[in-house]
Parts: sequence; structure tokens; C-alpha cells
Amino acid sequence: MKPLLEVRGVTMRFGGLVALSDLSFDVTPGHAHGIIGPNGAGKTTAFNVITGIYAPTQGDVLFRGESVTGCRPSTIAHRGIARTFQNIRLFRDLTVFDNVRIACDAHARYSWPGAMIQLPSARQAEKETIGRCTDLLEKFGLGNEIHERAGDLPYGSQRRLEIARAMALQPSLLLLDEPAAGMNSAETLNLVEFLGWLRDHFSVTMLLIEHHMQLVMTFCDRITVLDFGKTIAEGTADEVRKNPEVIEAYLGQEDGHE
Amino acid sequence: MDYFAQQAINAIQLGSIYALIALGYSMVYGVLVMINFAHGDVFMVSSFFCFLLLLVLPVPFIAALLIVMLATAILGVCIERLAYRPLRNAPRVSAIITALGCGLVIQNTTLSISPYSQRMPELFTPVTWNFAGLTISSLQILIVGISVGLMLALDFFIRKTRYGMAMRAIAQDRVTVPLMGVPVNQVIAVTFALGAALGGAAGVLYASAYPVISATMGVLVGWKAFVAAVIGGIGNVRGAVLGAYLLGAVEVFTVTVLPSTYRDLVVYTLLLVILIFKPYGLLGRPAVQKV
Amino acid sequence: MTRWLQHPPPRGVLLALLAAGLAACFAIEQFGLVDDYVRFVLITFGINIILCVSLNLVNGWMGEFSVGHAGFMALGAYLSACVSVKWLSWGDPLWMFPLAVIGGGLMAGAVGFLLGLLSFKTRGDYLAIITLAFLMIVKSGIENIPYVGGPRGFLGIDNHTTLLWTAVWTVLTLWTIRNLVYSRFGRGIVAVREDEIAANAMGVDTRKAKLTAFVVSSFFGGVAGALFAHQLQFINPSVFDIVKSTEILVMVYLGGVGSLAGSILGATAFTFLSQALQPLGTWRMVILPLILVLLMIFRPRGIMGMREFSWFVPQREFPKKEDKK
Ligand SMILES: Nc1ncnc2c1ncn2[C@@H]1O[C@H](COP(=O)(O)OP(=O)(O)OP(=O)(O)O)[C@@H](O)[C@H]1O
Ligand SMILES: [Mg+2]
Repeated sequence: MKPLLEVRGVTMRFGGLVALSDLSFDVTPGHAHGIIGPNGAGKTTAFNVITGIYAPTQGDVLFRGESVTGCRPSTIAHRGIARTFQNIRLFRDLTVFDNVRIACDAHARYSWPGAMIQLPSARQAEKETIGRCTDLLEKFGLGNEIHERAGDLPYGSQRRLEIARAMALQPSLLLLDEPAAGMNSAETLNLVEFLGWLRDHFSVTMLLIEHHMQLVMTFCDRITVLDFGKTIAEGTADEVRKNPEVIEAYLGQEDGHE
Repeated sequence: MDYFAQQAINAIQLGSIYALIALGYSMVYGVLVMINFAHGDVFMVSSFFCFLLLLVLPVPFIAALLIVMLATAILGVCIERLAYRPLRNAPRVSAIITALGCGLVIQNTTLSISPYSQRMPELFTPVTWNFAGLTISSLQILIVGISVGLMLALDFFIRKTRYGMAMRAIAQDRVTVPLMGVPVNQVIAVTFALGAALGGAAGVLYASAYPVISATMGVLVGWKAFVAAVIGGIGNVRGAVLGAYLLGAVEVFTVTVLPSTYRDLVVYTLLLVILIFKPYGLLGRPAVQKV
Repeated sequence: MTRWLQHPPPRGVLLALLAAGLAACFAIEQFGLVDDYVRFVLITFGINIILCVSLNLVNGWMGEFSVGHAGFMALGAYLSACVSVKWLSWGDPLWMFPLAVIGGGLMAGAVGFLLGLLSFKTRGDYLAIITLAFLMIVKSGIENIPYVGGPRGFLGIDNHTTLLWTAVWTVLTLWTIRNLVYSRFGRGIVAVREDEIAANAMGVDTRKAKLTAFVVSSFFGGVAGALFAHQLQFINPSVFDIVKSTEILVMVYLGGVGSLAGSILGATAFTFLSQALQPLGTWRMVILPLILVLLMIFRPRGIMGMREFSWFVPQREFPKKEDKK
């Protein structure tokens, strides 16, 4: 099958620091693809390059066969890549509902003058957006909190809301940056279930960064291991687990990570 | 050529005064990341302090300088204490607005008390020398000398003393340094006191060089110094000095080629152009934002 | 958007009130119902609402800090004065004056566009400094244009700003900005305030959002300037200085950031307060900034900060019970 996302020889430098060097991997449609690696390996940087927050120093990112390198993040979001952030970036002062709605607006295509003179088409589009947001929030179990301030939600709900907001873009590829961060093992178990539901229900392809080994190993179809900005291994969970370089660089620390 | 050299002397004199004021803006920004818009008016008020002092008690120049610096330092600390400290953890916008408001309060209070400009009594009887076609007065030498002396003293203070090092540490890392037992409130108070005292010195020097003082000086002169601080890279002490002399030169030479009404236009356009091409000033560095 | 008072707006009541208000303005002009002073204050009130709500778009909804609004006013004032005094003075004020006002707005809007471009790279303090530089450049620029009177000012502007025109423009401004902030464009602007990077990643074209906010805000700033010029009949560059900008800031932060009701409230309080303080002369300009400082310390978002009076919120924003399944 043709890959959904292709990362081709991406290098990212910050001054003298090489955060990514010649990174390449493919994400197959329908898969859950994991990226693991020790702290500072460049995982988040890879996400930032894919979503257009940084333009790579070298290399190319292709989405559905088309290059998205150098596109603005909003353009990439419109093409169908949505993401969450390692340290939650909600619109904290807005309501839960508006958080989702802002992402939903990407699909409301009414014009400027339409909005200014309140054309029926604009009103209709707004109504539809409201309906879609309500549905989405119900599905994510946030239906009772829609008028809460996002920043007031408990941590777990904030994570969930961030995923709901990303899904409001109706993406075909969802990037999750450490979704299990700060969760205990019971919560992590729930998360695996939740991610499975997400994948099946929205038939979305996933690329996820995670430190929690068990989660990655059970959930991901394919895993890329980064260290110091380089790919040191790629393959299925079993292949990666057996790779000596990975064991040395990363899995040696597994005990430290629960 | 002589004319040019003469103008250069004027530029250095003006630049020195700007530098003293600009340092106050930059130090506060470095430590608190806050634009202290009121600083220009603190400078303005200090020249009124000087005026009042001489009205009551005709003291010699150096005594006037020290007394005014002390009084202005106290004013600076009071402003910080009353208006800025309650907002330390508030959104940044609140702090800027407060500073702007404080400046206007000072300016308009002065204006209400003294609606007209005041003629400054002579602090100092200058001697002029003619030297290879140039005219230099002892006042000019005194102004430049005192300014440079104060700047060197400040540089020493920042690099060698405990408070100075704490100031630099806070400017480097605003999150962890306060957790490491550095008395942040004291350091900030010292910063304001020093900045205001330098502004006070500038007020005295300015009033002796251009002896007509008015309530609008805070905007007309003080804000120029602010522009200088921004051009140099606000938060950067050396940048402030560089920006000040640059601005002094630009202003003096603008007036030699264009009508004097173009002065503000040129200065603020220069500011805009520099911010467009070097958004953080000549010596400033952008804050890295990680995602 | 943000939080509003709980109940949905009564249908049609606002429209009826609006119609009544406009009719009253017309009647007042037509039959000379109030004396000149009251009329002057009412017109000032309208202009203040326009200024306040338009600056609120940038300072409240978008969360930037602009001190340049008086500069946009100046652009609108001078351009409209040129139109009505120099270029189209032969025209019937019935069409010529609206044209002059729109011209003033467009001029300000065009410059606002340029300032918006600068806001791509710079934010926060540095953007505030850019708006300050802009203000000083406009002021000293006008001082150097003899064609519009230089520092002496622009004389002989006719009094075209009637109560009715002011009311019409006020309603138009409120209407436009309300429709903007309750549309996807306005939500994009709010998203930029909350978190620019996240907004961008969620498909908000942050550049367009910033340009929209700056252009709309400065357009109405220019409109207010045009009305102001044809109210005072005499303008000079020093009217449009930092003090004028501060007055508008007081209104915004008094009434409340990110709120239409707050803007109106702020403009109301400011207009009547500053009339009441008139006898104090320059002490007035001590008290007003002092209020601003106290506000920042005790209520930094203003009275109505981020809340809205339900009448200004579109009906559709109140989900009905039966809609929810
Ligand atoms: N904007 C930036 N400017 C400079 N250096 C950066 C920037 N962003 C990331 N880096 C550096 O790049 C390297 C990789 O960072 P990155 O955040 O991608 O790591 P990571 O694999 O996500 O680590 P973690 O598991 O801690 O999240 C780090 O050394 C980091 O300091
Ligand atoms: Mg990371």
C-alpha cells in the first residue's frame, strides 16, 4: 500500500545542535506507528517538522504523495494532519466547546462578507459546526463539561479534550505526543482502550510518541527508534525489542520507566 | 570639517544623557521583562527636583547631583513598590499599561503644578575653550565625564557585586534563580533605585545643558532614550549605551541637514526600520520558544 | 465565545430598541430637541464607542497591546478633512460626507494592514513599541505636511457629524465587530490570543487572523477619526498623541477586554466621567491614568472582561435543550 506519510532524509539543526539527522520513515495508512527514544532524541522535533512548525534544514515530508515541506502549519492541518502537544496546549481561557469549535471551523467554508451580513449560508454553516462539535464532545465523554473553561478541567480531561480538538479537524493522520504522560498504570490501560476505539471509530492513522513501553509495544503496528536525532531501528514491536542497539540505547532504561 | 567635529561633540553630549536614561529602561527590562514607560517621566521629574532644590538652597553642583539622584532613586523604588509589585505575576500587558499610566500620572501632575516651562538657575558657570577651531565648554566635559563615570561604575556594579550578579542571574533565568534563595524583591528594588538614580543624574545634567525644563520632557527626551534602549536591544545594558550614542548622532546630524521638525520623524522611523530588520535590536537576542 | 449571561436574547427586542434609538437621533437633529452641549456629548459618546470597540478587537480579542489607535484616528481625520474641505468640497454632504468617512477608514485600514504585516514576526512588548513608533511617526509626519496645515492644524472643516450619522456608524461598527467575533474569523483571532502555535496547528491561518484584526480595528479607528474631525471642525497633530491613545485604553480596560457590552460600558463611563472631571483642567489627566493603574491592579480584565451581555450574542449560540438529542 502507498504510504500516507513519508519522511525523507529530514535534518533539523538549531544553530550548532543537530536535533534530527537524516531521518526517514513511512507511515502506512491504517497503522498505528510509534516513535520512541530517550529524552532529547528529537521526537517532538520530528512532529514539529511534520506539522510545519519548523521548516527542516534538509529533507522532505510527503503527505499522500505530495510535499508539505515548508507549508504553514494551518495548511498542513487543512490537508489532514492533526496533532496534540507534549505539554498540553489548549486554549485555556476558552470553553471546552470553543476549543473544539475553533478546529471545527476549518471545515466551515463561508466567506467574509457572508459572515458580516449574516447570509443564510453562513448561519447554516455555523449551525452545522455547532452540531458537529456537540456530537464530537459527546463521543469523547465531555458532553457535560462543554461550558467549562478548558483550563479548569482535570488533567486527564484536558488530554482527552486536546485529542477531541485534533479530531475535530477530521484528520486522516493523527500525531500524539506522549498521550500517556502523567498517567498512572490504570489510566494508561484505559488509554490503550481509548486509542483503539479512536482508531476504529474514526479510521484514523496514528503516529505516536510514547515513553511508556508497554503501551507502544502492545498498541503500535510499527515502531521507529530515535537516538540523538538518528534512526537506530525500525520494525515491528518484536523486531525492535530484539535489536541490540535499541537495547543498549533505550530499553536498558526500561526499569527506570515503570 | 570643523563644523562636523563641533556637531560630533554635541552628539556625544546628547548621547551621554540619553545613555544614562536608556540604562534605566534596559536594566528594568533585563530583570523584570517589563517596559517601564514611566522612566522617562521619572527623568523629567528629577530635573524639577533639581529646580526646586536650587530654589530653596543654592547648593554646589556635585551636592545637587547627589541629592537629586537620591531623591529620584526613592521615587523609583516607591513606584515599583506601589504600582508594579502587585502586578508581578499578572499578564505582561497589565504591567505595560500600568507603567504607561504611572508615566502619565507623573507627567500630568507636574504639568498641573507647573503649566509653563521653568528657567533653570545656573548650576555651574562654564568656561569655554577654543581649541583648533572647536569650542568646548567645561560643562560639556563635565556632562560627558560624569555620564561615562557613572556608566563605568554601573558596569563594575553589575559585574562585581552580589546584587549585580543576582541581577544578571535573574535576567538569564527567571524561573529557577528566584527559587535558589536570591532575594528577588531586594534585587528588583535595587534595580529600580539604580535605574532611577541614573535617570536623576541625567535630569540634572540635561537641565544644566538645556536650562529650560517642562513637564513634556519625559516624552520629548525620556522616550528618545527609550528608543535608544530598544535600538540597542532592550534588556542589554551595553546595547543601551550603543543605541544612545547612535541616536544622539542621528538626531544631531538630522538637524544639520533637515529642518528641526523632522527630528522626531527620523528618530521614530529609524526605530521602526530597525525593529523590522532586527526585531530584537542591535545587540538583543530573541527568547527561544520551545514547542 | 467566552461566557455570557445565561439567558438567550429576546428576539427582536434589540432591533426594536435600535430602531427607536435611530429614530430618536433623527428627531433630535430635526427638531433641535437638545441643546448644543448635550448634542456634543452624545456625539462624543458615539465616537468613543467606536474607538473603544475597535481597539478592543486588537487589545482584547486578539490580546496584543496597541498604543497606536490615536494614529489611526489621525489618519482618518486628516484624510476625511482633505476630502470634505479640499477635494470634494463642492459635493452634497449627503453623499460626500459618508464618502469622506469611508475614505478616512480605508486610509487607516490600509496602514493597519502594513502594521498587521509587522505583527507576523513581532509580538507582545515589541509590537507595542512598533505601534508606539507608528503613532509618533504619524504625528510628526503630519506636522511636516504643509498641505494639511502642519503643526498649526487643519482649519475650516464643516460640521457634518450629526447625531444621526454618529449613531449609524456606531451601530455599523458594533454590528460588524459582533458578526466578526462570532464567526470563524473572529474565533481565529481569539485563538491567536490564547495560543498562537496551537491555533496554527488547528488550521487557523494566524496571519490572516492578525491582518483581519488589524485592518478592521484600524478601519473603524479611522472612521472615528473622521467623525471626530467633522465634529470639532479643527484638528491638529497634537490632538492625536499618546494621551488620546491612553484615553481609549482606559475605556477598553475599564469596560472589559473581549466584550462588546464591556466596550459600550467603558465608553459610557469614560465619556461621562471625563465630562464630570472637566472643571479639574489638567488634573483630569492625572485622575484618568490613575484609574487605569488601579484597574490593572484590582481588576485587570475590566468590569465585563471576557463576558458578554446575552443581547449581543447571536441566538444560535444558545443550544436549545431539544437540540441536544
Ligand atoms: N526551538 C528549539 N531551539 C533550539 N533547540 C531545540 C529547539 N527545539 C528542540 N531543541 C533541541 O532539540 C533536541 C531534541 O528535542 P526534542 O524536544 O525533539 O526531544 P524529545 O525527543 O521530544 O525529548 P522528550 O522525550 O524529552 O520530549 C533537544 O536537545 C532540544 O533541546
Ligand atoms: Mg518531546
